[in-house]
Amino acid sequence: MPVIEVSETVDARGLSCPMPIVKTAQAMKVIQSGVAIELLATDAGSIKDVAAWCRTTGNILVDQSSDGAVYRFVIRRK
Amino acid sequence: MTTPTLAPFDPLTDALAAVDGWPEAVEPVREPADLPAPATDGQAKTRDVLIIDYSGDLEKVWATMILASTSAAMGVRTRVFVTFWGLQVFVKDSKRITGENWMQKMMSAMQRPGISHRKLSKMNFFGMGPWMMGRLAKQYGVASPKELLEAAQALGVEFIPCQMTMDMFGLKPEDMIEGMGEPAGAATVIGLMTENSTPLFI
Repeated sequence: MPVIEVSETVDARGLSCPMPIVKTAQAMKVIQSGVAIELLATDAGSIKDVAAWCRTTGNILVDQSSDGAVYRFVIRRK
Repeated sequence: MTTPTLAPFDPLTDALAAVDGWPEAVEPVREPADLPAPATDGQAKTRDVLIIDYSGDLEKVWATMILASTSAAMGVRTRVFVTFWGLQVFVKDSKRITGENWMQKMMSAMQRPGISHRKLSKMNFFGMGPWMMGRLAKQYGVASPKELLEAAQALGVEFIPCQMTMDMFGLKPEDMIEGMGEPAGAATVIGLMTENSTPLFI
């Protein structure tokens, strides 16, 4: 997988639903199409929620990983 | 069907084997095309969301704020029609007494308006319940209704106060928080429901 450059990191660690999504949406509003952001979250519900958010908004979930405690998502603006 | 004489007794497997075409029938094939098409900002296929915030109870206000901010975050046009007890949520926190006559004033005196002064519908225990709920929320990183309201407003959620309730409670536009929409009535709500809004009554 090619390395994806992220323009910004949204740190939602320690925040519960729906703040990871709300913060992602706010960060996404101000970036250009094709640019990606990185979202860090500890809320286990964000695995499903980020996917649902991407499906509804049409943005692309490029990468997803976890070190067991922190979930990392890379989302590219459509 | 033929059953070997020395085969172990397994009626379920036999019954399944007897069903004609069984493997094809149980394999649901879900094409990507079956999934909901992604909605987009402009050419959205999504419906709007209309939340009717009727309650002023802390737990229901919380639900309203979570759903409204999430809905807006998902690029869905979101409106919250604020009526009856819900209207007190959108009075400025700093307002203590609202209304023009003694009955309206007494109502606000008995039930303090403002989003930061909500009571639980159960286990309120003279404020103990909400206090503990606030502590727990902080501990688990849950945003408060006030923080969620700010996020919702920043994401463009429209809050529409009910004109009738404003009149009845003697609330004036200057009593309300900044950024409220134009007051409207039941016909607006029903109109939105029949057009393109998914309604939620909270």
